[in-house]
Amino acid sequence: MKHSFLAVIALVLVAMLGAQVPGLKSVFGVVIPWLAFVIFLGGFAYRVLQWGKSPVPFRIPTTSGQGKSLDWIKQDKYDCPATGAQVIIRMILEIFAFRSLFKNTKSEVHSGPKLTYESSKWLWLAGITFHYCFLIIVLRHMRLFTNPMPAFIAALEFGDGFLQIGAPTVYITDLLFVLALSFLFLRRLVNAKVRYISFAADYFPLFLILSIGITGILMRYFVRVDVVSIKQLAVGLTTMSLPAADVMDKIGTMFFIHLFLVCTLMVYFPYSKLMHLGGIFLSPTRNLANNSRMVRHINPWNDLKIKPHSYAGYEDDFREYMVNAGLPVEKELPKASEPEA
Amino acid sequence: MAIPKAKELGVNVATEPSMMTGAIPKKHWMDNPVTFKPGNYCYPGKKSIVEYHSKSFPGLFGVPREWEVESDDWKLPENWQKIIFEGMKERLGKFRSFKIFMDCCVRCGACADKCHFFLGTGDPKNMPVLRAELIRSVYRNDFTAFGKLFGRVANAREMTFAVLKEWFMYFYQCTECRRCSVFCPYGIDTAEITMMARELLHLVGVNTNWILEPAANSNRTGNHLGLQPHTFKDNAEFLLDDIETATGIRINSLTFNRKGAEILFIIPSADVFAEPGIFTFMGYLLLFDHIGLDYTISTYASEGGNFGSFTNNELMKKLNGKMFAEAERIGAKWILGGECGHMWRVVHQYMDTMNGELRKTLEVPKSPITGTVFENAASSKMVHISEFTADLIKHGKLKIDKRRNDHRCVTFHDSCNPARGMGLIDEPRYILENVCNKFYEMPENTIREQTFCCGSGTGLNTGEIMELRMRGGLPRANAVKYVEEKHGVDMLSCVCAIDRATLLALMEYWNPNVGVCGVSELVGNALIMDGEQARETDLRGEPLAGMEG
Ligand code: HEM
Ligand code: SF4
Ligand code: SF4
Repeated sequence: MKHSFLAVIALVLVAMLGAQVPGLKSVFGVVIPWLAFVIFLGGFAYRVLQWGKSPVPFRIPTTSGQGKSLDWIKQDKYDCPATGAQVIIRMILEIFAFRSLFKNTKSEVHSGPKLTYESSKWLWLAGITFHYCFLIIVLRHMRLFTNPMPAFIAALEFGDGFLQIGAPTVYITDLLFVLALSFLFLRRLVNAKVRYISFAADYFPLFLILSIGITGILMRYFVRVDVVSIKQLAVGLTTMSLPAADVMDKIGTMFFIHLFLVCTLMVYFPYSKLMHLGGIFLSPTRNLANNSRMVRHINPWNDLKIKPHSYAGYEDDFREYMVNAGLPVEKELPKASEPEA
Repeated sequence: MAIPKAKELGVNVATEPSMMTGAIPKKHWMDNPVTFKPGNYCYPGKKSIVEYHSKSFPGLFGVPREWEVESDDWKLPENWQKIIFEGMKERLGKFRSFKIFMDCCVRCGACADKCHFFLGTGDPKNMPVLRAELIRSVYRNDFTAFGKLFGRVANAREMTFAVLKEWFMYFYQCTECRRCSVFCPYGIDTAEITMMARELLHLVGVNTNWILEPAANSNRTGNHLGLQPHTFKDNAEFLLDDIETATGIRINSLTFNRKGAEILFIIPSADVFAEPGIFTFMGYLLLFDHIGLDYTISTYASEGGNFGSFTNNELMKKLNGKMFAEAERIGAKWILGGECGHMWRVVHQYMDTMNGELRKTLEVPKSPITGTVFENAASSKMVHISEFTADLIKHGKLKIDKRRNDHRCVTFHDSCNPARGMGLIDEPRYILENVCNKFYEMPENTIREQTFCCGSGTGLNTGEIMELRMRGGLPRANAVKYVEEKHGVDMLSCVCAIDRATLLALMEYWNPNVGVCGVSELVGNALIMDGEQARETDLRGEPLAGMEG
């Protein structure tokens, strides 16, 4: 945990100091973001292609319910899908509703011994809150990159600020984002099991994303930055044009910290556990239909040289016993033949 | 192995310092090496047995040798680390599952308390996520940039002998039950990771005899005990006498290796020689006789269970191939499979892919009695006995007297594989509801897709590790105890041969008043056979309700 914490602090310092050096502003404002974006896209694609390169030899869905069977037995279509369409619904439920996690339980042992299991939805709640807030916040940021801003983003912004408190209006997602992330972090500390399995790669993204959130919130509500200039920079990024030097100068340091942390996240993403974003789509226990007996699944490396121990070999081994026991044989005694391995 | 009494162990589980009782280990898990002592490991494979497998699969089972688990010299090949590295690389390239599961875990911990071994031992390394980290840490070290760069800080570590020992310990404390994967937001299946780890362990000759010897027997004699054809036949025929005693009927419809039979029936071989499986077997025979089924049993393919599936995919395929080969040889139209858990994982999710080439003239299964076409087995041509029986009952083809199971108060244990690797959940329940009056479900977090393992699957049902098994089986036993106390349940039914052996030991230990039976046994009890005598006992020779004393 301390490694991750120090790493994020170091990143903040790098950006803070870097942005002071006159010539480096365009490096932090333009070059690094572009590099990070390219690395993110390239890395993400690379990882997914790498996964895709390994075949899926066997059809191994986890059947989390009744499978397709006799017509009158009710199938759990989305926990044990038998068709492509049902798989798609299962996947949608996994990706958009974290359905498997929703099933979570908490087990305890009491004297007796007695084991108990109760439904436990906190992780699901915090997890899904965090992810949706993240998604909405990312989408909201598109207003900076687009000119004019698409209507759906305006709608999103409006909805997100519907509480209408504060000036500027407080976004609900900002609050929930920080709350959910804090919960996820505290859970890692407090829950002994999770704490025991956690290490740097688990804390780092939490700290990093939390810092992104905090710097963002600081900029919006406390340390005002020049949004007009930032928008010029952002639009410039999408058109690959360098903003004028005075624009850069008007942008506060806080922004460079925020942006640098986002860049770090992008670079880090493809090489970390955050790739669960891609993995969930490709997970063979979730994205396959439970129809292995209905439709043959082909294994590209199936080794046809592996043959069962042959019946002939078996009969050669035991023919005498078989005949004596009245079992039918293919070759009669006493024609002995070579035993086979 | 001397093991504590149930009472004592029960106290231990709830009070000993463990992660389940709230104790937090002081040391990082990487600094907590394993120690093997009698009772916590399975005996290694005999040299002759490993030699036997190596003949078919050179290299896959390492170098045959005698070795001892407690020794610090496992007589590993010089380059064993390299073998593991290459083996891992090969498997990352062959199994997308392995690769994704190595990369995607966020250590959210949702799986942590889902594993019966964790619940029963409180050992952090039995949390599925940490079990997976045992191998993921090596993966990071050898295959990821972060691991290479940051080492221990990135939870990466080199493959050392201590790590190998840890793998042997904990990948043989996983029964590949898949309960963890039900809850994982990405479907990470630690069972799959265990399968990979065991394949790797085999490459360097680290193995257990309790798996390899039955696998060798299955290959040569057809069944895991190594019963030769005549013995297998004799055993099965013995049971005809017992059926006659209970019902007054002499069954003549049992045949072996008969060409031209419409259906090849394949069972887990334990059903012909061990209690209580033999009663299940009697149930099958009564059922088939009752409906006049044209079937045969093969002595060559006399093992439905697949001990290869506990080792590597190659041996799994080789053993499984007999099913299609034999069905084709005798000219059967389709295959019917008995009650067995991991047999059905293999049959359902692997068989057609692995051995589809061997099936040529088999037809889409159609019940000769009801005319039902089993579309769900259209390709692999193999039907589960519970599917078959449920269909018969639904069509009113069975004459049933439910009261004949009134001396039993029954619950049903979903075996891991049918539940989570097949989706066979309601068929056995439908049968039970139709053949017995007193059927009660265990609590909902312990059945269906959330079912708890018997604690001894994937070749762990050996006597050496009895305490571990009783701990691993505790969640299951505890749920049984709940219905025992609440409803007076005294019979734990299941559709798995390993369960019939392991649950028996588990019940004797934790719930001594509860018996274990196969679903087909209860069917056999309830069937009204033509020409039968007034039934006074069940298939076990125990008095029916109202007939006692
Ligand atoms: C399809 C898209 C995604 C899905 C379905 C998804 C799903 C999940 C789920 C189910 C969890 C576990 C529960 C939790 O800890 O919250 C999780 C954890 C996490 N996700 Fe995502 N995720 C997605 C995309 C992303 C993205 C784009 C990010 C951002 C960078 C992200 C960052 C994280 C982080 C940091 C955690 C760990 C939280 C912790 O440490 O407890 N995820 N994700
Ligand atoms: S539930 Fe899945 S993602 Fe979460 S810790 Fe377990 S294996 Fe990892
Ligand atoms: S597959 Fe079963 S035994 Fe193995 S880690 Fe998961 S829950 Fe535990």
